[in-house]
Amino acid sequence: MGRSFGFDELLYLLLAIPSTLLLSLGAMIGGGILGLMIAVMRISPYRPLRWFTTGYIELFQGTPVLMQLFVVYYGLAVLFNLQVAPWPAVLLAFTLYSGAFLGEIWRGSIQAIPRPQWEAAECLTLTYPKQLWYVILPQAARISIPPTVGFAVQLIKSTSIASIIGFVELTRAGQLMTNTTFKPMIVYPIVAALYFMLCWPLSLLAQQLERRIDANLGAKRHF
Amino acid sequence: MNYVFQFNVVWDHLPELLAGALLTIQLSATAMALGLCLAIVCAYGQSAGPRPIRVLVAGYVELIRNTPFLIQIFILYFSLPVIGIRLTANNAAIAAMTINLGAYASEIIRAGIEAIPRGQVEAARALGLKALQIFRLIIIFPAIKTVYPALASQFILLMLSSSVVSTISAVELTAVANSLQSTTFRSFEFYFVATGLYLAMALGFRGALSAIYWVAFQRGQAA
Repeated sequence: MGRSFGFDELLYLLLAIPSTLLLSLGAMIGGGILGLMIAVMRISPYRPLRWFTTGYIELFQGTPVLMQLFVVYYGLAVLFNLQVAPWPAVLLAFTLYSGAFLGEIWRGSIQAIPRPQWEAAECLTLTYPKQLWYVILPQAARISIPPTVGFAVQLIKSTSIASIIGFVELTRAGQLMTNTTFKPMIVYPIVAALYFMLCWPLSLLAQQLERRIDANLGAKRHF
Repeated sequence: MNYVFQFNVVWDHLPELLAGALLTIQLSATAMALGLCLAIVCAYGQSAGPRPIRVLVAGYVELIRNTPFLIQIFILYFSLPVIGIRLTANNAAIAAMTINLGAYASEIIRAGIEAIPRGQVEAARALGLKALQIFRLIIIFPAIKTVYPALASQFILLMLSSSVVSTISAVELTAVANSLQSTTFRSFEFYFVATGLYLAMALGFRGALSAIYWVAFQRGQAA
């Protein structure tokens, strides 16, 4: 018979939470940098840049993240003939993934800024990069915060998929504990509860931020 | 880079990959239909039901939206047998996908219901329609029409996340690619082609969903 599920086993699950969070945070930062570049290229006046980024977004939003993970993981191995450790491969895959989603979210935020803002900035003889950087992006950043927080929830949940290639994070830890204790009815609900505790506060925060921004925009509309 | 790509191996196994893709489509389409029904029931419960029902639905939605799909599958497939509920891999996959989609879609439909002008509901009530009649005849179709684009992208996300059910030995596209790459050692080629098939299916589903929109909401309305 397997071990019983006691404090040590719970501790093992809890100690896997930092991996999940670090992976999510790393992918969020990497994807944020990538996503900003994609968003800016997606609205640029140069058509090839728009085509390229549209294709990128279609590719990453049109295929399962599990497949992206496999292609990156095995692709790195065969293309560069190096057996990469799971960490960099998984981080790279989730960075590419979140870059596509954040890029699309932020493009929407940028395009939600009224056209006269661009025109006014142009009248002040700001160059295109300066219009973007000093006038448009600061305003777009404000309205992009709620969906970005919402995406963070999605990303934390997606990182569970890294368990499939053997990356030890919360889900993989749950599998390992199930295999040693034979108590899936205890382990998986606990793992679910742990994810819920990570994600729910973020979901609530996203909702609240959204309501506040809606209220602000509503107030503006009256003038 | 001295790796020689051998896509002819993939070509030889194409029928198996396509059979896997077919199961992906079947699982997804079934879960879309069932999930939409579940979502409509939940949306009705939340908009017209008594308080306990509303709390129950809200709890279900929050629980599902803040835990990973992978863990939901594990609970259905590995945990439930402990209490005597045994599902086949395919049924567990459909159940997990339905429950998952039901939560997301009910939230989307609720947004559509909130967008229905109050006057229409009041007019229906003035005509003496009962709550269920109002929901069925007045509210639900315009509500779904309003949020159809969001619903369609949720459906496609569901199809993509179905790749994760390969972990419970449902032999859909990802599982087929997995087993083929492990016998032929052509991991990159198989995953690359499987990714391409997913992209094609995503585009196919998008086309099909647009066609459904046209048939359901626009046919005969063109002036």
